[in-house]
Amino acid sequence: MLNLRNASLELGPNKILEAVSLCVQPGESVCLVGPSGCGKTSLLRLAAGLVENSSGLVENGFACTAGVFQEPRLLPWRRMLENIALGLKARGVPRRERLDKARELADSVGLAGKYTLFPHELSGGMQQRVALARALAVGADFLLLDEPFSALDVGLRNEAQELVQHLVVERGIASLLVTHDLTEALRLAHRVVVISGSPGKIVYEHQVNEPFGSRTQTWLYEAAADLLRQPVVNECFLYKPHSEVA
Amino acid sequence: MGSVIRIGLSWGGSLTGILLFVALWEWGSLNYGSFLLPGPRDALASIQRFWQQGELWEAVWATTWRAMTGFALASFAGLVLGLIAGLSRTLGRALEPVSTVLLGIPPIAWIVLAILWFGSGSMAAIYTVAATTLPVTFAGAQIGACTLDKRLQEMGDVFRVPGWMRLWDFYLPHIVSYVFPALITALGVAWKVTVMAELFATEEGVGAGLAMARVNLDTAGAMAWIMVVVALLLIAEHGFLRPLQKKMEPWRQGVTREKTC
Repeated sequence: MLNLRNASLELGPNKILEAVSLCVQPGESVCLVGPSGCGKTSLLRLAAGLVENSSGLVENGFACTAGVFQEPRLLPWRRMLENIALGLKARGVPRRERLDKARELADSVGLAGKYTLFPHELSGGMQQRVALARALAVGADFLLLDEPFSALDVGLRNEAQELVQHLVVERGIASLLVTHDLTEALRLAHRVVVISGSPGKIVYEHQVNEPFGSRTQTWLYEAAADLLRQPVVNECFLYKPHSEVA
Repeated sequence: MGSVIRIGLSWGGSLTGILLFVALWEWGSLNYGSFLLPGPRDALASIQRFWQQGELWEAVWATTWRAMTGFALASFAGLVLGLIAGLSRTLGRALEPVSTVLLGIPPIAWIVLAILWFGSGSMAAIYTVAATTLPVTFAGAQIGACTLDKRLQEMGDVFRVPGWMRLWDFYLPHIVSYVFPALITALGVAWKVTVMAELFATEEGVGAGLAMARVNLDTAGAMAWIMVVVALLLIAEHGFLRPLQKKMEPWRQGVTREKTC
């Protein structure tokens, strides 16, 4: 499991995160929401081990961690299958075996028959699905997802969320997903964590007990509205004329 | 069908430019007389004469292998050093001024040094070519190595991509797109410098032919040798380097095609 205890992060003179305590259990899906610039992505980078915490404790006990970024970050000079198989190649899996596995995953994210295309020949939504397949290929038991759908339009976003729900959450892969969209968080999370402020702090946690199958569109909007009724959540999401003036 | 027309048009465009240049040349020759400026036909006649005397192929071969050997040595060394300089900031800082100094030394100075060190002959020409083209390929490889997208490197960190694979899958394909333009520039420099070195240091080759033409006041012969060098350069660039680039960067062709349409 992932365990952050009183973890703080400073980059140069700026304090980005302060005393964050967060735990992700095996198989659990945790969604981080919060306004822009509150340190959500930094928290993810901390969990990925890309930056060092300046104080507190960060422990990642998962066997294999992989990630999907805000942008697809595919290698433009490699074909789709090779991009999916990147993590497997890094682990020394033989070529044939890793390409077979990549083909299987490409099919499961709905990219059958496009195996030999280069990234620039795929649409934005397809590229993001390739990135998801690449993360799944390494057999991760913990996935970090950094606003992976923020660049997609509504229809594609819905499709991508469905993929994440089926291929990640329902298969018991633990995940930490960053988003600024409350309904997206409510759709995919076992637990929603709200971060806000500067430096960023966890201001609210919300357990979602509704089974995934019954999280309908109407339910999502109502749950989001319920969440926004909490004063702390409301404060970090809604327009505040005073702070704009300041 | 469309592609045939497109290729025809592009070739037609290039041909028009060349024909225009030849016409201008012919006009100048008619105006100034064939002693000062021999026309294209005089130059072609001289090439034919060299061919009949057996000088042509001998000179072409001598110049080609000198230029190519020097070019190959410089490309390889420049690529390796540039890669290292691009990856390590300290080494980059140390090597960059050296490269600037090398770039600042005029080729003619290298020729003098090379003749002093190696004596007259092929070695002097090859050395001069290598010394003058090395900084060009070095700079290309260095810029390539230090401009790899940081976000891709971060992705590599997350997926725990090992060092050799980063070199092979991340850096080299990226660097290729910076190195090829540098190589094409270096190739042009290589031919010119070879001819210059041959003028001073060797008994055979296109440069030696030019030296001979100067002694004999054979302007048409000089023009003929110039045509030969230009033809060699064009063949090397369009017959070898550009096809190689296409083969090594299949992913880029689609990108450029999309852009031009």
